[in-house]
Amino acid sequence: MIPQNAIEVRGLTKRYGTLTALEQITFEVRRGELFGLIGPDGAGKTTLFRLLATLLDPDEGGATVDGFDIVTQYREIRRRVGYMPGRFSLYPDLSVAENLDFFAALFGVKVREAYDWIAPIYRQIEPFRKRRAGKLSGGMKQKLALCCALIHRPSVLFLDEPTTGVDAVSRGEFWDMLSDLKQKGISILVSTPYMDEACRCDRIALCNNGHLLGVDTPAGIVSRFDAPLYALSGDDMYGLLLEARRAEGVKECYPFGAAHHLVVAEGFDARAFERQLRQRGFGSVTVEPVPAGIEDVFMKLMQQ
Amino acid sequence: MSDDIIISVHDLCKCFGSFTAVDHITFEVRRGEIFGFLGANGAGKTTAMRMLCGLSYPTSGSGQVAGFDVVTQGEQIKRHIGYMSQKFSLYDDLTVRENIRLYAGIYGLDRYETLRRTVAVLNRLHFRSEADTLVGALPLGWKQKLAFSVATLHRPEVVFLDEPTGGVDPVTRRQFWEMIYEAAAGGTTVFVTTHYMDEAEYCSRVSIMVDGKIEALGAPAELKSKFGAGSMDEVFRILARGAKRRE
Repeated sequence: MIPQNAIEVRGLTKRYGTLTALEQITFEVRRGELFGLIGPDGAGKTTLFRLLATLLDPDEGGATVDGFDIVTQYREIRRRVGYMPGRFSLYPDLSVAENLDFFAALFGVKVREAYDWIAPIYRQIEPFRKRRAGKLSGGMKQKLALCCALIHRPSVLFLDEPTTGVDAVSRGEFWDMLSDLKQKGISILVSTPYMDEACRCDRIALCNNGHLLGVDTPAGIVSRFDAPLYALSGDDMYGLLLEARRAEGVKECYPFGAAHHLVVAEGFDARAFERQLRQRGFGSVTVEPVPAGIEDVFMKLMQQ
Repeated sequence: MSDDIIISVHDLCKCFGSFTAVDHITFEVRRGEIFGFLGANGAGKTTAMRMLCGLSYPTSGSGQVAGFDVVTQGEQIKRHIGYMSQKFSLYDDLTVRENIRLYAGIYGLDRYETLRRTVAVLNRLHFRSEADTLVGALPLGWKQKLAFSVATLHRPEVVFLDEPTGGVDPVTRRQFWEMIYEAAAGGTTVFVTTHYMDEAEYCSRVSIMVDGKIEALGAPAELKSKFGAGSMDEVFRILARGAKRRE
């Protein structure tokens, strides 16, 4: 029987000495889902991947991957998952082609058997197949690592911060590749510190300090922001930030790209606030209602 | 160089063999500005920044930073700037207090000033209870705030920050930017690179490098209207998509 969920995590806890890296984590990734773990450095994302990839044992709780237990059935899991760790994990002294052959040999498969799977990605680095992996640029290393993680046609793919330190355009291209892989039916668990990437996932878990702050679709997460939110902008943004924080009816004010976001109390009068700021000498001031984004929700949940 | 210009660069180039990493860049940074130095991976940002910090000689062109020549006065530049590198800026196996003392010593602060500024940094960061904690045990966001304080400990006229907020949580990332605002309001010029496009919006002016050249330079509002874009993220995408050189 094929299990319904690609990954099931129940009360998973991992400690390193006195530090609790993960505490009572529970969630599931459905078959064929592109699931994002969204959170900063130190949230516990890498520990979670290492547990699910059967490289660490949990202290409490358990998990299954493709229906197999991460502690007792680790051999089954290792055959079925592809894992791309956060740090470059290939052999820098082997060429592109040699790395691919090596990973194929480890899993007892032939590169040509998997070629149709990796072709859309591998074609981009094939012109450099004789180059040593250590001499590739960051983006090409990332593509090679993804090919190596896919060579044995895994049913579940783990990607630990594949886009960290990568520019906005390359990040977009990487997510396009993941959407294509999802079409092939692979279940994907991917982590990222970039909140704006959350919208590329079917569902996300917001994580911080070893806890999950919430699990839902991106739209579902955003709908959890229940307070009125306004965008404030004007000429002197730093001055406005300090002024808004002192203002009555403004619970919070924080920079948010081109505007500051204001979390306000009930009965807040945006027009009156605008007038008040103008009277105090601020130029080009506007205060407009704005829909909350993932990052607004994340900050709200972090502070609870 | 007039008084209100702190960085001035003219036709600066850096070649490695036949590869032109930085290709005739010309720009100025005003005193007290927050200058965002953006570009795709491999565009040449780090190479350009290293030349400005006196860590690498230009192949050709000229430039001045804080009144010193980037070709002949690299050592003087190092003394008058702060630099926070992307990967390394603090010693993990020294405590918070020891790291501050080490950098104070490197910049030649006397014992009294070292003590005074240590207290000021610990108070500013609400770090008093962590003064004797090893830096390696701090969360990344705390480390980065401390690294910024240490990079500005000697009150440099200009501080260079290479991707200071990568991987930092959204709350701490904003606290970090408030430290930048504060420093700029106090007259320090901030020269910063980032991959977070919301942070590009916080800059007074921004330059965008593509294939070793500066393809756009201006205030975020100017660039957005010039490229008909709603955000700096869009401006960046329009320019970086044309890049031939990409990592």
